[in-house]
Amino acid sequence: MPGKSQWKMAASAAAIALLAAGCSGSSSDDTEALPNSISIGILEPSSLVPSNSVEVNGSQVLAALFYPLVRFDAKNSPYPVAAQSIQHDKANRVWTIKLRPGFTFSNGEPVTSDNYIDAWNYGAYGPNAQAGSYFFKRIDGFADLQSEDPDGKGPQKAPEPKAKKLRGLKKVDNLTFKVTLSEDFAGWQSVISYDTFFPLPKAAFASDGVLNKDFGEAPIGNGPFKMKGKWVHDEKVVVEQVADFKGTVPKVAGITWKIYQDLNAQYADLVAGNLDVETKIPIENLGSASGDLGDRLAKTPSSAFGFVGFPVYEDKYKNPNVRRALSMAINREEMTDQVFLGAETPAKSFVSPRVKGARPNSCGEWCEYNPTRARQLYTSANGPRDIKITYNTDGGHKAWVDAMCNQIKASLGVNCTGVGLPKLRVLLDKVRAKEDVGLIRLGWTMDYPLMESYLGPLFTSDGSSNYYGYENSTFDSLVRQGSAAPTTTQAEKLWRDAEDILVKDMPVLPLRFGQNVFGYSERVTDVTMDLYQKVDIYTIDIAA
Amino acid sequence: MFRYIVRRLLQMVLTFFGATFVVYALMFANVDDPYQVLAGERSLTESQRTGLNARYHLDDGFFTQYWHYVKGLLTGDLGQSLTGRPISEMLSQAWPVTIRLALFAIVIAAVVAVGAGVLSGIRRGGAFDTVTLVLTLVVLAMPIVVLAPLAQLVFGIQLGWFPPTATRDANLYQLLLPALVLGTLVVATELRVTRSSVAENLRADYVRTARAKGLAPKRVIGVHVLRNSLIPVITLIGVDIGALMSGAVVTEGVFNIPGVGFNLFRGIRTEDGPLVVGFVSVLVIVFLVINLIVDLLYAVLDPRIRYE
Repeated sequence: MPGKSQWKMAASAAAIALLAAGCSGSSSDDTEALPNSISIGILEPSSLVPSNSVEVNGSQVLAALFYPLVRFDAKNSPYPVAAQSIQHDKANRVWTIKLRPGFTFSNGEPVTSDNYIDAWNYGAYGPNAQAGSYFFKRIDGFADLQSEDPDGKGPQKAPEPKAKKLRGLKKVDNLTFKVTLSEDFAGWQSVISYDTFFPLPKAAFASDGVLNKDFGEAPIGNGPFKMKGKWVHDEKVVVEQVADFKGTVPKVAGITWKIYQDLNAQYADLVAGNLDVETKIPIENLGSASGDLGDRLAKTPSSAFGFVGFPVYEDKYKNPNVRRALSMAINREEMTDQVFLGAETPAKSFVSPRVKGARPNSCGEWCEYNPTRARQLYTSANGPRDIKITYNTDGGHKAWVDAMCNQIKASLGVNCTGVGLPKLRVLLDKVRAKEDVGLIRLGWTMDYPLMESYLGPLFTSDGSSNYYGYENSTFDSLVRQGSAAPTTTQAEKLWRDAEDILVKDMPVLPLRFGQNVFGYSERVTDVTMDLYQKVDIYTIDIAA
Repeated sequence: MFRYIVRRLLQMVLTFFGATFVVYALMFANVDDPYQVLAGERSLTESQRTGLNARYHLDDGFFTQYWHYVKGLLTGDLGQSLTGRPISEMLSQAWPVTIRLALFAIVIAAVVAVGAGVLSGIRRGGAFDTVTLVLTLVVLAMPIVVLAPLAQLVFGIQLGWFPPTATRDANLYQLLLPALVLGTLVVATELRVTRSSVAENLRADYVRTARAKGLAPKRVIGVHVLRNSLIPVITLIGVDIGALMSGAVVTEGVFNIPGVGFNLFRGIRTEDGPLVVGFVSVLVIVFLVINLIVDLLYAVLDPRIRYE
């Protein structure tokens, strides 16, 4: 009968639906069950191949899987860790790295200089398109591993690069290798702390110079932890302790990196007790965070630098007095207190004061809030009556840009509007095309704790992130002299002199230095985060 | 009927290619420099750009790229997203949890909507009717961007009745809260359609006859009225399943479920052209198949309808 069969159909459809929804039990072994294991929340990493990792999520996981050549002490001076000693010649051009003996990868292979040399060659080779390849720029021979696409976006293919291996890397013996730089650089020891310089085991390569396609799903490293299973995309990465690790042994036996798509979802899990550490409390929850977490909410400084660039190619901003006046018209403390609820600190210098040799208040009077003086200076310098601040809306910047505009309006009596563009890329395209975008919202984090990591890419004429077109040859030569200086102390002195030029010229408006605002559950203790926004996996411990 | 099905299948193929072509063209036109998002705040080096261009054929003209894509599609290779992951792998990981969530949500919504709708339809203007209408109005008025985090906060954190997030392998209990939230998207319309359908059928001649024959009211409603009233509702439910599968973007985001809706949203936000086109292609197929099934079901349920 048609009636009965309809109902049978409907009933069985509903039953199948429920069955489908219910089945697929958790076949995943619960790593929380492993004693002494903690969970840390991250966003989905873009890559777990060391030379391709330039963002903090991948970097966190790699910090557990690999052991770096150098680490930094409380004053941000480097000291050798996986390396036994790092020596250089008088000119700071040829560096001899001697590895600590007895270390192995988690698959049993011993760590030798070949592992470093192969990894660095892979990262530097242009066609491998590794995101971190620019870190190898200073090594002699880097230019030969790159190729230029002859017609940009056109259909012609780029020619193969002249070489596949860096000229400046030479193996001396199994535990020693020499790095020759193309220019003297006293700070090289700090640079090699970064992820891109991690070694790769022979098992990572399918053939010479060709990485295994699946290496990034379960990297094999020389660190205190090894992968347990593979990287489960959008869900988690599980690592467990390596037996007999020769270096510093972490206190916890395993870490589950839980991958979240959204910081708010992470926060919900943290408060409910399903997650042990959240590395960045979202701004929407900052207000309730101290109530929810109490003293499990902590702050440590990070190296993030928030600023606004002046388009010096535009006439109306060419007069440095206009820029100085704008700088004095802003109340940085009010912004960090009210808009960021203390999650960031006001910036009164162009380099994070955490970096060795940097001063916290190099900007001096020009970064102090002084509306009367600002207005005087602005009118006498004939500043524009209409100001625009352009930013990318997908970064959550609207609130503070509007606040900044309000401050400028109140202090200088000029019109100020915030203009939102959908993405950073759109903004950068407009700047590259020299359009009238007004002030440009930009941000920066350092690659290594040297002043040069801020001064170089942001302010030298050929700096990779010098979008606003600032050019000053004295500044350029001071930075270069600093890089070539025989000791880091002398380098820092020269870099401070360079920064003084920036204070005079004010090519950008320094606004804020970031802080890590993080929270942790009652299960863990001794939680701290470093300048690179990474949790210190060596000190974190299970609470008694 | 058979000829009808064949005709529909052929139309599906045409629609599929047309739809994916449009999406492809839109993503191509919109995307200028998709690599910036991979680099973050700094700009890409020239060599990186060259390497990525070669890998994704971005140097070629539009039709060459589209041809590469179609070739891959016909051999089952959906390509790689800009982060290097094969899209077919991402799809196979994202679909199961979305299907489970959508089915669960639909079952809950359908049971609630049909049950309450029938009762409201029978006693129109009564207390139950007014209360349910007001409730559905409230639920309809609250946008899901408010409802989802609120539900998570109240039921997940403060009351602790449900876990606040769900993973890919979530069991029924973990999916209950997200399914409830997702169900609110469709329960209001289904309830009202059921209600008006029942109310209309109660005035039909055959119901008067059945009552006059002396049949028990339960049988009149439970067997005769219900069977006829559910026809529009079932077709609505069928279409809602498709809508829920792709539209669960907010719910999946708030509850951290790595399903189709979330991946699509991420692909659009990061201008990951291959990812968006790959996922949308599969979604188009799902929609087309569901529509076909719903139309066929309509013919099965209502004998007055005949296709040829």
